[in-house]
Amino acid sequence: MSTNRYVARANNVAARMIGGEMMIMSGADSSLYSLNETASILWQAADGVTPLAQIVEKHICGDYAVDPAMALRDAEELSEELARHGILLLSDDPLPDSGPPSKASP
Amino acid sequence: MTVAAARDRADIRIGGISVGVRSSNQAFLQLLDERYAGFIECSASPDYEFEVELASPGAGSADDDVRVYRSDGRWQLERGDFRAEWDPATRRGRIRQTANPYSIDTVLRIVHTLVLARQGGFLLHAASAVRNGKAFVFAGVSGAGKTTLSRLAPPDADVLTDEISYVRKEAGGYYAYGTPFAGELARAGENLRAPLECVYLLNQGAENRVSDMGKADAARGILTNTLFFAEDAELVQAVFMSALDLVERVPVRRLTFRPETAVWELIQ
Repeated sequence: MSTNRYVARANNVAARMIGGEMMIMSGADSSLYSLNETASILWQAADGVTPLAQIVEKHICGDYAVDPAMALRDAEELSEELARHGILLLSDDPLPDSGPPSKASP
Repeated sequence: MTVAAARDRADIRIGGISVGVRSSNQAFLQLLDERYAGFIECSASPDYEFEVELASPGAGSADDDVRVYRSDGRWQLERGDFRAEWDPATRRGRIRQTANPYSIDTVLRIVHTLVLARQGGFLLHAASAVRNGKAFVFAGVSGAGKTTLSRLAPPDADVLTDEISYVRKEAGGYYAYGTPFAGELARAGENLRAPLECVYLLNQGAENRVSDMGKADAARGILTNTLFFAEDAELVQAVFMSALDLVERVPVRRLTFRPETAVWELIQ
């Protein structure tokens, strides 16, 4: 898998951290998702311009005792899963026009 | 002999919002008067108004899926038994349906969900009641016990609904309103409003017990029971944020109960 992949939160979702979980609702079909602690970190850092590898290195490997390669692999799998649900954008190129949903709050 | 003047509109006021239903068919207006008794309030100018065109019974069924979407700035509301169009700018619309109270009931529910979504409120699959000046909401899917709990309500509790609760944010917090949207109780709720004290997520069990729950589980419980029909990302997001705001501001607890009046000793 490429280590130069970029992730961005989809625009048509609402997201909010509550009770230690990132809850996300798709505006397209009202599906509800909740992310655990590390997945929430990835979600919040998904600004479309920071490479996924850099997000993992800075926000996950820096705070958790995990193998960097395994952490990146897990992050890529998670990103692909969220992308399949349409709530995260995943690209080999930066996504500078993407950004946090307008009504999201941390 | 006194002859009552013919009228052409019934104004149905729910949650402080009036919807005028216009028809030249006096029997249909009488049907609305009976169906929405307690919620009929004549208004010089209702907040929203619909012209009803009564159609002959057709092939469409109330069991069909409902669709709510926007086209050219107008809301389109469709199900087998009705078709409605509503312009949010003029607050006027039209409904084509047969002469029955169920189609208009669904249209009213949808209209209120759309209006409330922009005002920080929503409808919940929930019974609700007012006791000691405080409102309590009991949310749950079909079979969770909403009607059972409503039937067990003591004389000092006013049942707002046994099926669809009306919650809106106002200055000072969240309020619950009575609705005419009835479930198995087949009786409109009391037309009252009161500050929302607590939301209970219902479970029937072997004992009566109130348990605290985490905010994430509370949010899931509220969202699972929120009524919203529109295929509209902006309003879905608004309802989501409103539901989570409520969870931050109003206690949400689990109520496990046996079908006995003693359960109401826990609800004060």
